[in-house]
Amino acid sequence: MKPPTETDLLPDSAEAAAVENPAVGIDQSAGNFSYNMEYAFDAGTGLSEDTIRYISSVKKEAPWILEFRLKALKKFLSMPMPTHWATKDLENIDFQKIRYYLSQGQKPKRTWDEVPDDIKKTFERLGIPEQERKFLAGVEAQFDSEAAYSNIKEIVSKQGVIFVNSTEGLREHPELFKKFFGKVIPTGDNKFSALNSAVFSGGSFIYVPPGVKVAQPLQAYFRINAENFGQFERTLIIADEGSEVVYMEGCTAPKFSTSTLHSAVVELVALKGAKIQYITVQNWANNVFNLVTKRGIAHEDAEIKWIDCNIGSRLTMKYPGVVLKGERARGEVISIALANDGQHQDTGAKMIHAANNTTSNIVAKSISVGQGRSTYRGVVHIPKHLKGCKNNTECDALLINTNSRTDTYPAISVRGDKNSTQHEASVSKVSEDMIFYMQQRGLTEGQAMSLAVNGFINDLARQFPMEYSVELKRLIDLEMEGSVG
Amino acid sequence: MSASSLSVATNLVGSFTAEAFAAHLASLPPSLPAWWIARKRAAYEKFAALPLPARTDESWRFSSISTLTLDGFTLPSAAATQVPHAPIGIKKAAKLVFANGRLFSHEPLSAELAARGVIVTTLQDALVKHEALVREHLLAQPPKLGSAKFSALHEAFLVDGAFIHIPRGITVEQPIGVFSYALGATTAVFPHTLVVAGENSRATLVEYFGSGQDTEAQFAAGANDLYASHGAHLTYIGKQDWSHRALSFQSNSTVVRRDARVQSLNVHLGARQARHESLSQLQAPGAFSEMLALTVAESGQEFDQRTLQIHQAPNTKSDLLYKNALRGTAKTIFSGLIVVDPDAQKTDAYQSNRNLMLSDEAEANSLPGLEIQANDVRCTHGATSSRIDPEQEFYLQARGIAKAAADELLTFGFFEEVLNRLSADDLHEALRVLIQTKFKK
Repeated sequence: MKPPTETDLLPDSAEAAAVENPAVGIDQSAGNFSYNMEYAFDAGTGLSEDTIRYISSVKKEAPWILEFRLKALKKFLSMPMPTHWATKDLENIDFQKIRYYLSQGQKPKRTWDEVPDDIKKTFERLGIPEQERKFLAGVEAQFDSEAAYSNIKEIVSKQGVIFVNSTEGLREHPELFKKFFGKVIPTGDNKFSALNSAVFSGGSFIYVPPGVKVAQPLQAYFRINAENFGQFERTLIIADEGSEVVYMEGCTAPKFSTSTLHSAVVELVALKGAKIQYITVQNWANNVFNLVTKRGIAHEDAEIKWIDCNIGSRLTMKYPGVVLKGERARGEVISIALANDGQHQDTGAKMIHAANNTTSNIVAKSISVGQGRSTYRGVVHIPKHLKGCKNNTECDALLINTNSRTDTYPAISVRGDKNSTQHEASVSKVSEDMIFYMQQRGLTEGQAMSLAVNGFINDLARQFPMEYSVELKRLIDLEMEGSVG
Repeated sequence: MSASSLSVATNLVGSFTAEAFAAHLASLPPSLPAWWIARKRAAYEKFAALPLPARTDESWRFSSISTLTLDGFTLPSAAATQVPHAPIGIKKAAKLVFANGRLFSHEPLSAELAARGVIVTTLQDALVKHEALVREHLLAQPPKLGSAKFSALHEAFLVDGAFIHIPRGITVEQPIGVFSYALGATTAVFPHTLVVAGENSRATLVEYFGSGQDTEAQFAAGANDLYASHGAHLTYIGKQDWSHRALSFQSNSTVVRRDARVQSLNVHLGARQARHESLSQLQAPGAFSEMLALTVAESGQEFDQRTLQIHQAPNTKSDLLYKNALRGTAKTIFSGLIVVDPDAQKTDAYQSNRNLMLSDEAEANSLPGLEIQANDVRCTHGATSSRIDPEQEFYLQARGIAKAAADELLTFGFFEEVLNRLSADDLHEALRVLIQTKFKK
């Protein structure tokens, strides 16, 4: 029930350290490999109506889904790149060089024995320990486009929870998922949500019945395993009245020389009084464009919390949002971003208040190392005739090296005199006194820097599940190696 | 040319047609230097070619675009015979009064200050007598905040303005006053003030923009250039009190050199839609720019303030505080950006926008931004929007002060934080009276 940890990976990482840059280290080395796969279904590279029809027919989808995909493709092609506000790096994506669908044609496996050996090997390299493999219940490890392994823990299904991949969700439970599918994030929301709507495959569809509190966090791993292969997972989580669920998503990816595109759409629906917590640790390889749309709708008294941690990728653009639709709904985004050389973490949050007495909180911390660039972009919107709405936003940026870069671009709109917002941001560096103090006590400069950076995000990291915060600490230690001196 | 392309071209210039521009050039005195006329021609070409702001322009985010009209305005020709009474009753070292872009009256400097080389004159005069200084500084900083079209319009149609030069080491104790009036129902004006403060000089400038009547649908595209040389201390106070039906663009540019300090306070009271752009460039170590603004926004008014603090050298400081009080259906936009260039280490930059919501219909938008490319800096910003603190209101009510009076006191208290930054007491008092008068209307 947890992502790979250092202990699990020690033999591998030691091996990797011998041959490659040791600073890349644990997590990346775990993902730094690929097998020659015999892809049973391959839509080839490039994007056209035929690609869409091919994907849809392979998945044996209902006609309305094909219709939905084709419409989305038109939308995608008609929309301009958002480069009037976003980075020009987006122009380097060559959509015709991307593989939009790839599958081994397997149905999600129900038991461990049915999982093919080479895929088991992948899990091994990912460092999932023996006992956990047996307990993989609740873990959906996405191997390329399809869920290679999808086993719902017995207890969870006994509670009536549906935890399937997107294809299965739309096929087996259309009555449940069709109602909200594409409703939180409409196809035309942005160019990349349109792209995802056209070519989506994989991802999780989850339904939690009224009053059910899922004790275990549901987890899914995603990885990319083919050169130029884009991953377009689609996730929809519906928490019915009074239910509670925690979903965790972690990513590792092999390193490739050419750019890879990852463009997911994640929709959350928290009905009256429900609580959803969505945790992401993103650590794609440094050639991945990670352009993700994530949004939740919180109904009356519901609560949606995004915990979003971005460490990898070449360019991440991701602004998890909450539409506070019902009275007293609460939205929260906790965001940590770390940008190293060659990386741009363009992350943030959106809070759309649409009912009285709704509250939202955004806490974002970013660290820029070397020539890394981190950007906070946020929207807080409180329209007319609402009362008692409150937003608090805090953004702190830490710059490690003299040429590191950080930007902050919030947009706050408030109408009326019965609401309040506050936004604060600061930029700082690690204090020399602090480093000096720690060096006096025997730490190397690098260790001291690591400790200081971990201290900077400590109050946020504590909100992660324990194993994630441990992993986060190790990732930061690795990223900070070589950043000083 | 087809009818449709003709109408597009007309929309791009509105009342400011090529014929109007030719007439404007013909009205200028022949003594003006050729380079200036050439620049005006180039500016007109640029104005006519540039598109109007579009909804998708990031630098016009949240602004009302459909109300930005260039039609229905006239370029005044006849000289004014009368201007309204100047509302700031403080002693001045010198005063220039412009009506419809032309000098109406002036109070000269004392013989002593004039003898020490202080210059307070019109731009038309300075373009001839102090050509080199004017050429170096007049509209020398390119517009960076989105109003390139309106800045070009300003340059093309600029008739006359104020030129102030304080020589090295000279202190002018009393403020210098520049008053610009727009008179007539559809008048378009293009006020300009250029201040060149020499090394270690000291001066205060008070600028006032007003209309003949509060119902005139006028147009203003103004600009000013403040240049503070090494060690200079410059205080600028601008009060914009155009007619409530005016459309106003103002683009201010400040250059701060080594160890110089510039304090600027812009008070915004008038116009139906007022766009105000403030650029501060901190070009050498020790430079400090303090940017202050107070806005009283009422029903039917939109104030659109865009600021840019650029730290181009190490050890520079900027401090921005923009306060808006919103009543009725008022709308405000504050978009600020702090840019710290690579190598501008030890930058200390602050940016704060406070919106006081006094009505349920008002709308406040804040876009406080940072772009930091150096690591050893102290940069913070904050933005808040809220109503009067109920606890403070209760405190005053509990001491027998009626709610309305308590709210008024608290609102004035909200403004005081900005006014208190001014060191001159008489100015502080004069401004307080002006704002409170407006507020009580």
